[in-house]
Amino acid sequence: MKYIDEFRDGELAKNLAASIRAEVEPGRSYSFMEFCGGHTHAISRYGLTDLLPPAVHMVHGPGCPVCVLPIGRVDMAIDLALNHGVILCTYGDTLRIPASDGLSLMKAKAGGGDVRMVYSTIDALQIARDNPEREVVFFAIGFETTTPPTAVAIQQAEAEGLSNFSVLCCHVLTPSAISNILESPEVRQWGTVPLDGFIGPAHVSTVIGSRPYEFFAEEYRKPVVIAGFEPLDVMQAILMLVRQVNEGRAEVENEFSRAVSRDGNLKAQDRVAEVFELRREFEWRGLSVVPYSALKIRHKYAAFDAERRFKLDYRSVPDNKACDCGAILRGVKKPQDCKLFGTVCTPENPIGSCMVSSEGACAAHYSYGRYKDMH
Amino acid sequence: MCLAIPVKVVEVGAGDTAIVDLGGVKKEISLALLADVQVGDYVILHVGYALTKLDPEEAEKTLALFAELAEAGALGATAAP
Repeated sequence: MKYIDEFRDGELAKNLAASIRAEVEPGRSYSFMEFCGGHTHAISRYGLTDLLPPAVHMVHGPGCPVCVLPIGRVDMAIDLALNHGVILCTYGDTLRIPASDGLSLMKAKAGGGDVRMVYSTIDALQIARDNPEREVVFFAIGFETTTPPTAVAIQQAEAEGLSNFSVLCCHVLTPSAISNILESPEVRQWGTVPLDGFIGPAHVSTVIGSRPYEFFAEEYRKPVVIAGFEPLDVMQAILMLVRQVNEGRAEVENEFSRAVSRDGNLKAQDRVAEVFELRREFEWRGLSVVPYSALKIRHKYAAFDAERRFKLDYRSVPDNKACDCGAILRGVKKPQDCKLFGTVCTPENPIGSCMVSSEGACAAHYSYGRYKDMH
Repeated sequence: MCLAIPVKVVEVGAGDTAIVDLGGVKKEISLALLADVQVGDYVILHVGYALTKLDPEEAEKTLALFAELAEAGALGATAAP
């Protein structure tokens, strides 16, 4: 397909790799965090680490919404499906996230809960129109890419007077997560997670623009290169980061200029600002409770807020003790460091959230890289 | 989750909708988040909504840059022992 195939050319990738090898300075080590699960997936799927010189290390970041969603939030969705008799609409990614009592939304569905996978909020609205006698809740997760479609759905429901539709809002914010990583003791005090720069989000940045990352470049002196999700985009971004490090620069550069501007999509930002406001705090898996890192529905649209409508309370639930997802999401550990990886925890039977979505660091490594470790 | 793909707009309909072509498959999408979309534009499609327009000139520039850098890399690789 146009604008995809050209960005996957293997020969060009090899030559870009040669450029990176040529520019890496001897004796220097480069650690870059790819924030997004989309980049993690591309790196694993196309074997990009094998193309990089040993001095360049890629650290997986927390930019996978399924991975960072804490158990307690999935429990709320399961509670709605099993105990409140609602039709719970959700993106497919959340169905297999392990929750409390050995449950997941998939198991809740098997147990009689009316859980329906949707592709779009447009489908969830249609289900609400088709079932006026039932309560329909959309389980809204995701970063800034996925938030504007939820805002549109809430405004649409209000315009149509769809009073049986509501949203369980779990939308989270990318810049807060990057700040949290940069402020973490592993990065700031102990230096156990060396970070020389970031590959910045692709589709999140189409919405928020490149401007929000300028703070990280200026304040923390970390280079950021926004990159598309195709393998050549990632290779090019790594080359640009290597150059910034070599030249002692810390700037925001935009490799994904075909889709990202400095200001982003203002129409989408306005919709989001109209419907949502900052949450005082939100628990992330791996990053713990992060202040002002998520969104909630504004009072004006309170009628469409499932937390208010069904009087739901959030209860924090610890992860499985043996699971290393938390450390993996902070870049402290690699998937293969977890003793559950590939043994009891597999994509078919995930114990931790990083094994659920194909963008999760564990699922990506399991699918594309696990045999490499055996040599 | 943030998965999104470039698709070509083949028809702009009423009520903020458009028909797009996804490698031969036609699909209706929402334009509620994007203004000024014309037939022939490429947009990035995410969960049923067009998020942004793709700039063909910028795409060409990036591809040209890859080729240029890749050539430099290839030369470097041949020059190295």
